[in-house]
Amino acid sequence: MSTDTLSFIAIQFLNGLAYSLLLFLLAAGLSLIFGMMDVVNLAHGSFFLIGTYVGLTIVRVTGNFWIALVVTPLLIGALGLVVERYLIRSLYNRSPLDQVLLTFGLAFILMDLAKWIWGANVLALPAPAALDGSVALFGGQFPKYRLFVIAAGFVLAVVLYYLNDRTSFGAVIRAGVADREMVSGLGINIALVFSIVFAVGIGLAALSGVVAGPIYSAFPGLDFQVLITTLIVVVVGGMGTYKGSLFGSLLIGEVQTFGQAFFPDLALFLIFGIMAAVLLIKPAGLFGREAVA
Amino acid sequence: MSNVQLTRRDFLKTLAVGAGALSMGSLLEACAAPAPSAPLKIGVLLPYSQVYAALGQSITQGMQMYFDSVNNIAGGRALTLIKEDEANDPQGSLTKTRKLIEQDKVDLFTGVVATPVVYALRDLLDSSKMISLISNAGGNDLTRKRKSPYIFRTSFTSWQVASPLGPWVYQNVAKSVMIVAADYGFGHESADAFKETFTKAGGTIVGELYPPFPSTDFGAFLPKIAAAKPPAIYSFFSGSDAANFIKQFADYGLNKDIKITGSGFLVEQDVLPAQGAAANGAYSTLHWALTLDNPENKKFVDDYKAKFNATADVFALQGFDTARVIVDALNAVKGDTSNKDNLLQAIRAVKFNSPRGPFVFDQTTQNVNQFIYYRQVRDTGGGALANVVLGKTDQPVVDPGV
Repeated sequence: MSTDTLSFIAIQFLNGLAYSLLLFLLAAGLSLIFGMMDVVNLAHGSFFLIGTYVGLTIVRVTGNFWIALVVTPLLIGALGLVVERYLIRSLYNRSPLDQVLLTFGLAFILMDLAKWIWGANVLALPAPAALDGSVALFGGQFPKYRLFVIAAGFVLAVVLYYLNDRTSFGAVIRAGVADREMVSGLGINIALVFSIVFAVGIGLAALSGVVAGPIYSAFPGLDFQVLITTLIVVVVGGMGTYKGSLFGSLLIGEVQTFGQAFFPDLALFLIFGIMAAVLLIKPAGLFGREAVA
Repeated sequence: MSNVQLTRRDFLKTLAVGAGALSMGSLLEACAAPAPSAPLKIGVLLPYSQVYAALGQSITQGMQMYFDSVNNIAGGRALTLIKEDEANDPQGSLTKTRKLIEQDKVDLFTGVVATPVVYALRDLLDSSKMISLISNAGGNDLTRKRKSPYIFRTSFTSWQVASPLGPWVYQNVAKSVMIVAADYGFGHESADAFKETFTKAGGTIVGELYPPFPSTDFGAFLPKIAAAKPPAIYSFFSGSDAANFIKQFADYGLNKDIKITGSGFLVEQDVLPAQGAAANGAYSTLHWALTLDNPENKKFVDDYKAKFNATADVFALQGFDTARVIVDALNAVKGDTSNKDNLLQAIRAVKFNSPRGPFVFDQTTQNVNQFIYYRQVRDTGGGALANVVLGKTDQPVVDPGV
């Protein structure tokens, strides 16, 4: 293989990595909420997009991207607390279909609200000046900002791994995914855990929205594009598992990137093909636990 | 079985009364027809969500601005708009348009941003003899193989916009280019029209890329452009795709050595603020520019700014002109929409000075004949970017219609 080809592949790999890690932030939240609360949150993409918009407003007001990066997830996470308390909570004992309808409706309301506040035009969230432009890498050029996305994504992946696997709250969550009733039987305040899980999941979506802003911009419709890919990741990786979100994101992100680079006509088919194959062979996802009948 | 006993006499009586009422009804209708005063219903199908939401909003605002300037009255009839969301969905749009025609019984139909949607609607509009003014979707075939006597187009064809750019780029920008266009009908048509005139002028195409439509991330395609190292690209994207493509093109450092040329939607006013400096210097062709120097355009741009506190764009202009065509034609027939032939004749005859220059329908294809302007994105002072007009075609550009 010529060095040109190798450099092309290396650059594409980095592209895929940046995309995968954005997906991971989304999938981790969606998967956590589903695994723990049995709620398929179809408004997840909307919280992502609202995150971009709120981040944009904070950047406009403060002129500082880093403030937006920290404050936005906290604000949207707090919004998540309210949504969980006053909307989702009353539906825990109802059928999953009711929850799907509720979150789907919420997605439309948030979309219209965003259009009302920020308009329908494409809005760019400027990258911080230090990360503007590109650097020479593997004999080609690669955007500095995408390198930052990769680095930040890995840091967050490690932090989430630590929270999930090494803390007692993580243990509660893992136990809750495995058997929710048993956990509440142990005297743990499950309502509080649900609130926190939902807020953290939504906060991660908003964080992903701010991180993605300088690459994808913000515009009506991005919410559902993002939601569909995230759902595919979660289905492929397995609901409710940290590993599933991470490896599902990496698989889908890289396959889509290399698919578009080498077989642009087949790229979409590849993604859905993988999903169909996983559903046939391992219905619970690559890392999901098979339901015990 | 029943406690209502209908005698023969009762039955006849009822029949007589009914018949009387019916004939009275048609008498009233006959009286009403020559003096139309009922509100005139205009069905509007435009995207208010998905990738082209901003375009739908601009077209709507442009229409609203012209209708407001005539107090929402044309030919003595009040104008009512019934809006539906196109949502970039051909199948859903077909259902919504059928509802506008059959349930709302609209008198006129207008809108449609996406070419696949207009192709999906074409047979329905034609067979139901729905007089339609398409205010964006520019697929060539609507003016060629699939034209209809009931369908007019106030916007453009992909060929009209893209073909003048070929020889101009060869002369002024680069002798060889790479094509990068959205992978759907309009993208391919634009690319084909450019290729045809560019290669005829002597230019070489060094490669072609067609990213899926819509796309938010062009990361997989940009390294391919970098590897091909063309002196320039020809590109068609629109809406959020255009914003992200141009921005990411600069993120990968490609704008330093590779000149950007394209159909004007690529760097139109709706996406220019989001693109910022990344779009600076891009060449494009379009049937309008913000900085076009004529009194109609100055008034249009100023009024739009005053009314919506926003910068006008080509889509707002198309909405504005479409509303004017509707009003002028209805005035000509004094609001009588019952005689379709007269109304069609009146629309064909509409002619005025638009902010884009002279506006006139081609009598064969019913598509607008218009000048195409050569433009470049430049800093017009204080960091504000706008498309500056470098020149225009010698003649109004007429789609060949075949």
